[in-house]
Amino acid sequence: MTKNLRVKTSKFIDETYKISFKFNGTTYYGYKGDTLASALLANNIHLVGRSFKYHRPRGIMTAGSEEPNAIVQLHNNTSRTEPNVRATEIEIYEGLEASSQNCWPSVNFDIGGINNFLSPVLPAGFYYKTFMWPANFWEKYEYFIRKSAGLGKSPTLPDPDIYEHRYIHCDVLIIGAGISGIMAAKTAARNGFKTLLVDEKPYLGGSTIYQNSEHFKINNQISSSWLEKEINEIKKIENLEIKTRTSVAAYHGYNFLLAKENLTDHIPLEQRNNKTRQRLLKIRAKKVITATGSLERPLIFDNNDRPGILLSSALEKYANLFGVACGEKNILFTNNDSAYETAISLYQKGINIEAIIDNREEIDSKLIKEIERNNIKIYKGYTVVDTSGYKRISKISIMQLSKDGQKVIGSKKSISCDCLGISGGWTPAVHLFTQSGGKLKFRDEDQVFIPDKYPLNQISIGSCNGDFTLDEILSNIHKTLKEFLNIKETDYENLEVYSSFNKSKRNIWLLPSDKLIGKTKPFVDYQNDATAKDIKLALREGFRSIEHVKRYTTTGMGTDQGKLGNMHALGIISETSGSKMGELGTTTFRPPYTPLTFGTIVGRNVGEYFDVFRKTPIHDWHIENKAEFENVGQWKRAWYYPKDGENMHDAVQRESKAARDSAGILDASTLGKIDIQGTDASEFLNRVYTNAWSKLAIGKCRYGLMLNEDGMVYDDGVTTRLDENHYIMTTTTGGAATVLGKLEDYLQTEWPELDVYLTSVTDHYATVSVCGPNSKKIVSQVIPDLDFSDENFPHMSFKNAKISNIKCRVMRISFTGEHSYEINIQANYGKSVWEKCMEVGKEFNITPYGTETMHLLRAEKGFIIVGQDTDATMTPIDLQMDWIVSKKKYDFIGKRSLYRSDTIREDRKQLVGLLTENPNEVLEEGAQIVADIKKTPIEMLGHVTSSYYSPNLKKSIALGVVKGGKNMMGKKLVIPMENKQINVTVADPVFLDKENKRLNA
Amino acid sequence: MFIINCPYCGKREQSEFKAGGEAHIVRPKQPTELSDDQWAEYLFMRKNIKGIQFERWVHTHGCRKWFNVVRDTSNDVIKAVYKMGEKPPTK
Ligand SMILES: [Zn+2]
Repeated sequence: MTKNLRVKTSKFIDETYKISFKFNGTTYYGYKGDTLASALLANNIHLVGRSFKYHRPRGIMTAGSEEPNAIVQLHNNTSRTEPNVRATEIEIYEGLEASSQNCWPSVNFDIGGINNFLSPVLPAGFYYKTFMWPANFWEKYEYFIRKSAGLGKSPTLPDPDIYEHRYIHCDVLIIGAGISGIMAAKTAARNGFKTLLVDEKPYLGGSTIYQNSEHFKINNQISSSWLEKEINEIKKIENLEIKTRTSVAAYHGYNFLLAKENLTDHIPLEQRNNKTRQRLLKIRAKKVITATGSLERPLIFDNNDRPGILLSSALEKYANLFGVACGEKNILFTNNDSAYETAISLYQKGINIEAIIDNREEIDSKLIKEIERNNIKIYKGYTVVDTSGYKRISKISIMQLSKDGQKVIGSKKSISCDCLGISGGWTPAVHLFTQSGGKLKFRDEDQVFIPDKYPLNQISIGSCNGDFTLDEILSNIHKTLKEFLNIKETDYENLEVYSSFNKSKRNIWLLPSDKLIGKTKPFVDYQNDATAKDIKLALREGFRSIEHVKRYTTTGMGTDQGKLGNMHALGIISETSGSKMGELGTTTFRPPYTPLTFGTIVGRNVGEYFDVFRKTPIHDWHIENKAEFENVGQWKRAWYYPKDGENMHDAVQRESKAARDSAGILDASTLGKIDIQGTDASEFLNRVYTNAWSKLAIGKCRYGLMLNEDGMVYDDGVTTRLDENHYIMTTTTGGAATVLGKLEDYLQTEWPELDVYLTSVTDHYATVSVCGPNSKKIVSQVIPDLDFSDENFPHMSFKNAKISNIKCRVMRISFTGEHSYEINIQANYGKSVWEKCMEVGKEFNITPYGTETMHLLRAEKGFIIVGQDTDATMTPIDLQMDWIVSKKKYDFIGKRSLYRSDTIREDRKQLVGLLTENPNEVLEEGAQIVADIKKTPIEMLGHVTSSYYSPNLKKSIALGVVKGGKNMMGKKLVIPMENKQINVTVADPVFLDKENKRLNA
Repeated sequence: MFIINCPYCGKREQSEFKAGGEAHIVRPKQPTELSDDQWAEYLFMRKNIKGIQFERWVHTHGCRKWFNVVRDTSNDVIKAVYKMGEKPPTK
């Protein structure tokens, strides 16, 4: 039953610009300027979706970002599809395709609707209570719940759009371009402040701009005409930037705000390519003026959720701004004067009003008198008790309210209608204010929370500050602005304001009914299907805190964050529990105020730009030689070099064997390097490492273990004494930055008396490590001038040298257990030294190996990797590395913690070697280790930390941590896996060359 | 996000800094003389104040200097900053 409900031309709608769009597969027409909601209403379509829990038919409820019901999926099954888009916000464009969510097979016939009839068995907390027992049934329940729940479908294809981030710095930010915001912007900008004005809508002027009645005048002009002139003026001010379609999502401390600027969501898809879709604005403002307006409250009565029931202010906006009638037989239901404003607007547009139901008994204002003059029937002191009509409201039932408003009296009367506008008064939009740390107070006269205590440098003006009427706004604004901006004058000192609005209101949070509450469905949160009955149930079951009631009933937890119903939820709790509203407080309003897309949040940080990555100077060689890479911190490290279709296992076996049989070469440039200088450098190392450093001779290297103050291993590496007061420390690849930070911390805060200077030189040097029995033959050809004899250059020593006149440092140190050398050279020569090693190493089958082989080789030697074999709960004693902990030193970081009652326990997890019964069986890293498989509950003794098949030993080897492992040498343990148990024997963690013969071979 | 006034560089955004916990906890000069309880007091026990709190911060992505901050944790207003080794402000 398509009808045209476009009534009278609106200047905001371009009727010469016709736009076709699809809703649920059918083509409709609208005009430029329409939202999806206004275009659907013009086609007499109210039913747009189904509710979350009961699958009740739901229609368009509002005309703004607070919309709970009319959320749709755009461009289903395409890369640009987007769920949960509010029909009230999306502007139509040629080719727009929208569809209903949360219904199957269609919005008109929805199988989930059966939940509506099952609702007596689906009360608040139903899921918590029912599906948690028996616990092992959860998987079955979950399948069905997931299938029937969910709001929309997330996209599965890559997002074709571009997003970006932008910083904006300004003197004054104004949020909201309603009448207050416009006046504030003009005042700030005219006084020389660099000003930014943002509004979520595509137009300026808020709700005043479509106000067209003689009842609201400024300086003897209709308020909208007056405001239009102001808007035209501010557009010309140079130091004022105006951003429409821009919604502030978050307001953090120190006036740091995040806003989403929408750039292409309102233009046809084919015009969007290569344009930025949305921008995340990171705004830092010296001062912030919040002018976010207010939201109209619904009224809470039985069946208040049918399609065709809208906020009264939405009816007015659809009529005045879009020129659309929401129905042909309209009824308004109110507890305040706002609905009469709507009535006059509708009347002026020739839209029929059947009746007005007013809670208030005695009412009197010019607005009401005008309505009565036009013979519109007003039922004073009445309330709606029920509505009918499944997919569209068709009838309301009304009854008279008792004097105290607690009961309904007299007989029931029915009035037929196709649209009901409801108004429960107004709630200031204080969400951003509270996000910023502002504190609210409760104003009893009209039952609203308003800003009370402001953080520094911000102010709220207009109706978000509780000034609802035009005369209140205009009489306060100039004083507030002068004080806040510290200026002498505004343009708004002597405005003549005329407003017929009377502020009287009869606030009843839950309207009485002739039925028992258990038989009614008065919805408080439309999106999450939470009713007043659910809230009362939660209170009966003992929930008291508003935060708990919220979670139990899910009130306010939808994508709209309960913008409409939160106040009623509070009101009902207050009335039922007898506590005062002001004492209950509100739930926390968390960012974002309106949802953000993931695209906006990540901006350009996608794909290869997701994070920075660091490359060694030899990176290009690894690429040319087909290395596979692994991420180590931000580094890309060569992982292994597959040859002729090898898989990882085969490549690693080949590399590991070559390194021990002849020669291997590793790019070790990523190891952290810290240059340490100063007269106290040795003393400093004494304090940060567990072993002693004073006696280390110049030209010698030493392995060091660094602890945290709690005694746990933090980092390790080799440090070399280059000179009397000069060392170079190496750290793990991942630990470089934090180790430097920790050393700086101690130097600056605990030991400022030490003469020590630290410089990070990780990126300054490339490190080429050559190992294996033939390593000496190779490096001695690369550096022919250096004496490589064992007498001159023994293990754990260092030499300065030159390669073709370029200075380099050569260390004879080993992480593999093989005879090996590390050449450190200025980074930009790294690749040529590497290539030189490859060239002369050819005759020795020099084999490049990656991190995986490095890990395997060091595991054969029982060398730990900090972070793999340790996890911040391991002391050096747990690692069986007692030898490195100095007994003589008075103090070092972590020393005292090594003999706390907990760290001296014998049954701590300790590092051991593990050998499998079947030498071909390789354990899984992370697998649990147990002693007695039959004991219940089974006792976990520890887990496998490193595990490999060793090609050199021709058997599986592993390291693991086991409770009391130190005293378990030779003991048999079990590793239970999904389908089998693996028998292992505890062994010495050093599997190969315990005598260190190879180091000196 | 705070704006922190580094005593060496001036006002910078919080993302340039790292917080380092409660200030004015001095590492004992003679840890070996301490009982387990005394050592644990130094190692683990920290205040968590609602209100004025003395904290350590470091300008990681700037001068890399450590300094002290007096912050009201209830509203994040920074009352003062001062260098390591300086006396905390009394007011
Ligand atoms: Zn600094």
